[in-house]
Amino acid sequence: MTALQVSVWRGGADGRLQAFEVPRYPSQTVLDVVTHIQRKIDPSLAYRYACRVGMCGSCAMTVNGVPRWTCRTHVDRVAKDGTLELRPLRNLPIVRDLVADMRTFFDKWERARGHFEGGATRADDFARVAPESPARQAADAGIECIGCGVCYAACDVVRWNPDYLGPAALNRAWTLITDVRDTKTAERLRAIAGDAGCHACHTHTSCTERCPMHLSPTASIAGLKRAVTKAALEGKL
Amino acid sequence: MLWIVQRASAAVLALCVTVHLVTIVYAVRGGLTAADIFARTRGSLGWLAFYTLFVLAVAVHAPIGLRPVLTEWLGWRGRTREWFVAAFGVALAWLGMRAALVVFR
Repeated sequence: MTALQVSVWRGGADGRLQAFEVPRYPSQTVLDVVTHIQRKIDPSLAYRYACRVGMCGSCAMTVNGVPRWTCRTHVDRVAKDGTLELRPLRNLPIVRDLVADMRTFFDKWERARGHFEGGATRADDFARVAPESPARQAADAGIECIGCGVCYAACDVVRWNPDYLGPAALNRAWTLITDVRDTKTAERLRAIAGDAGCHACHTHTSCTERCPMHLSPTASIAGLKRAVTKAALEGKL
Repeated sequence: MLWIVQRASAAVLALCVTVHLVTIVYAVRGGLTAADIFARTRGSLGWLAFYTLFVLAVAVHAPIGLRPVLTEWLGWRGRTREWFVAAFGVALAWLGMRAALVVFR
C-alpha cells in the first residue's frame, strides 16, 4: 500500500498548508482522504460534508487548484503523481481549514429572487405543464443544481467583480423564469440585469466546465440575456 | 440597455470592418496611390456617410466594453468611471470624425 502526500489548508485567510501522509485504498475519494486525516491523524481539522453521494453539495473544495465535489472525486483521477493539495473554495471567505463561508453565495440567490413565487392557491387545481414544452425543457436543463458552489469558485467574473451574482444564482433565476407557474418574471429580470447580473458574464464557461452535475449555467445566463433584451424591447422592464 | 446598444453597435461594426478591410485590400492590390484614393473619396458623400457610421459605432461600442474592464482590472466604479468612459467615447468620435473629414474634404 502506497501513501498519498496531502497538503491541507489550515486556519483562516492567513493560514498555511499542512502536510499529511494518508494511506491509499482502492476506489478512495478525496472526501475519504480528508475524513481519514480528521479521524486518524488530527481531529481538529474542520471540513464539511453530509450525504457522501453527490446530492447535498456541501463537500466542495479546491483540489489541486480545481474546485470539485470531493465525495465523488476519486483520488486516482486527480492525484496521478500521488500528491493532493486541498484548500477551501475560492471566491468565498474562509471560516477555518477547508470550510468556506457560503453566506454570500446563498445571499446572492435571494438577490436574484431565486425562490418560486407562484400565483395559485390551495383551492386551485394542479398546474399541468407539458414536459416536452420548450420552457419546461429549458427549466429542466438547469434544475438539478445542488448548490455546491463549485461554479461560483471557478468563476473569473466573481473574482474580479465581487458584486456579480454568479453562475448558480443566475441559473436558478433562469429555471424560475422558464417555469410557467412563476408569476414574478419582470421583477426577477430586473433583479438579474445589469453590471452585477447576467450582463457581467464574459462566457468563459468555467462554470459549465466544472459543474459536477454537468449543468450549463453559461447557457442559462445566455437565456437570461435574451429574456432581458426581449423584455426591454417590449417595454416590460 | 447598454448591453443591447453594445450588441447592436457590434453588428454595425461587423459590417463596417468587413467593408473597410475589403476596400483596403482592393486599393492596395490595384496599385492605387494616395492621390488616386483621395480622388475617389473627396466629395463623396457615400464614403463620408459610411465612415461616419463606422466612427459612431466605434464611439458607442468601445466605451461600453471599457466599463467592465476598468472595474474588473482596476476596481474603478462609480460616477468618475462613467465620466471617464463617456469622455473616452467623445474622444474616439472626435478623432474618428476628424480622419473621416480629412479624406472627404
